[in-house]
Amino acid sequence: MNPAPIIVDIRHVSKSYRRGNQVIPVLEDISLAIAAGEFLALMGPSGSGKSTLLNLIAGLDRADAGAITVGGTDIGALSETELAAWRAAHVGFIFQFYNLIPVLTAFENVELPLVLTDLTRRQRREHVQTVLRLVGLEDRMDHSPRQLSGGQQQRVAIARALVADPTLLVADEPTGDLDRVAAEDLLVLMGRLCSELGKTIIMVTHDPRAARRAHRLRHLDKGVLTDVLETPLPECV
Amino acid sequence: MFWKLLYRNAFRHRLRALLTVVGVAVAVLAFGLLSTLVDAWYAGVSAAAANRLVIRHAISLTFSLPIAYMEKIRAVDGVKAVSHMTWFGGVYIDRKNFFANFAVEPRSFLDLYPEFVLPEDQRSAFLKDRRGCVAGRGLAERFGWKVGDTVPLQGTIYPGDWPMTLRGVYQGRDKSTDENQLFFHWDYLNERLKERFPRRANQAGIFVIVIAHAEEAPAVAGAVDAVFKNSLAETLTETERAFQLGFVTMSEAILAAIRLVSLIIIGIIMAVVANTMIMSVRERMHEFAVFKTLGYGAFHLAGLILGESLVICAAGGALGIAGTFPALRILAGYVGNIFPVLDITPATLGLDVLAAVLVALVAAAFPIRKVITVRIVDALGRVG
Repeated sequence: MNPAPIIVDIRHVSKSYRRGNQVIPVLEDISLAIAAGEFLALMGPSGSGKSTLLNLIAGLDRADAGAITVGGTDIGALSETELAAWRAAHVGFIFQFYNLIPVLTAFENVELPLVLTDLTRRQRREHVQTVLRLVGLEDRMDHSPRQLSGGQQQRVAIARALVADPTLLVADEPTGDLDRVAAEDLLVLMGRLCSELGKTIIMVTHDPRAARRAHRLRHLDKGVLTDVLETPLPECV
Repeated sequence: MFWKLLYRNAFRHRLRALLTVVGVAVAVLAFGLLSTLVDAWYAGVSAAAANRLVIRHAISLTFSLPIAYMEKIRAVDGVKAVSHMTWFGGVYIDRKNFFANFAVEPRSFLDLYPEFVLPEDQRSAFLKDRRGCVAGRGLAERFGWKVGDTVPLQGTIYPGDWPMTLRGVYQGRDKSTDENQLFFHWDYLNERLKERFPRRANQAGIFVIVIAHAEEAPAVAGAVDAVFKNSLAETLTETERAFQLGFVTMSEAILAAIRLVSLIIIGIIMAVVANTMIMSVRERMHEFAVFKTLGYGAFHLAGLILGESLVICAAGGALGIAGTFPALRILAGYVGNIFPVLDITPATLGLDVLAAVLVALVAAAFPIRKVITVRIVDALGRVG
């Protein structure tokens, strides 16, 4: 059996931030390869650089040095406009606090990424209904975020991340604001996205239970990748 | 989706949005009223006919001209018709009832001013009665005059009681025609002056001439003034428009002040709407970061913010414009005697719309720049 192709290739990436005259290194010479269909968890203490690494992979920020290639595209070489278009087509985001637009319904929130595509209104409706059905919220599509529980809002956020059929799903502490039951349901859903739909998922988390759902766990400490823990595949389903 | 977002975002904070809309409405209303007042100032200029010239004393309008000039003026090449008018300055019951009243040579006057439309029977009655007068529709309505009523004017420049009979009520042919004036026979004035103040008799305030072609105005004016050069009462002939503009120029400082106040009002509302937009966008910076994360570019984000600003200003502008019409009617009740033509013009409506759009554009500029330049990670960092 052939190994899955590498979808994310990070080579010697460094990143630092400036605070006044002070330069604060966040990531130092990070190299990491993530295979297509893999579910990778990134753990580490606060300030270790895991969210920064996630931002770099998702094209939300730019590395100071090194290269990040996603699906064969060197995202560091893209202009801001190209990067925005690339994100729209290739990356789905799941945030800790859901970040749904409060004035839009669940349906409209999920539809947002599709507005930028050439799909007709009818096609968009079909896509949105499909993903809302997938996350179990078909009957809540006309509800506003305020009318949904935290777990349901995070499911809407997952549907929004999935609707444009991205290459990559990135999740930053997706269970951080959920109770234990909702978090468990969400992790099961993410596992299904990985195993059934073959989505590549990179998840930053503080929660060891969440991390155990991943295929692979990497630790970051003070901007450096420290160890490799493989998690058996059946656990993620 | 785009329109839904604009509308819902614009009115997300209803009280704030409502107050801003009311602010824009009041500003547009005030701007419209002030612009209309300025237009009203120029109403006489707008109503001036291109082929009418006014001949006045070269030194000042307060000096009158000998009536004997009339035939000499008529003889000048290019002059088709001539008439004369004398400012009477009469008071009706009380000084606060101010309106313009003139002694005129009725037949030639009505021929020269076809914009004063008078029914034929009333015209005939007016011409026959030396103590007769005609008043504009606005004036007759204001004082409840009916044809046949006696109008007792009190002379100020020409002392004494001057009772006259209302023989006709004219209507303006054009919107800009002043319907708040009164005209009576110059003969009535002159006869009494001959009795009481003979040295003031046989004089006219101004002569008005009609020429065949408007482009001959400078030549005819020069020819008229040449006739009376080196006489005791030299003349100054100018187009009716220039004559009316002379009155407006006297109050140029007031007009400049009104225009300045209009601009200040627009400036203030610009700051108010800009403040609303800045606050609104600042509160939702993380939402704009989410839009950027999802791939929405500068064009889309600018459209969202500008659209929101336009929704607020359009609502306020529409409200302000709608309110201008009743406000003008109320204002006319107070200043109608000073500004007889108080109508909002299409140009003023256009300026109202332009002002609202300008306010929206300027108010959105800073938030747009902020949203476009902010780094996604910084904006998202605002949340938890």
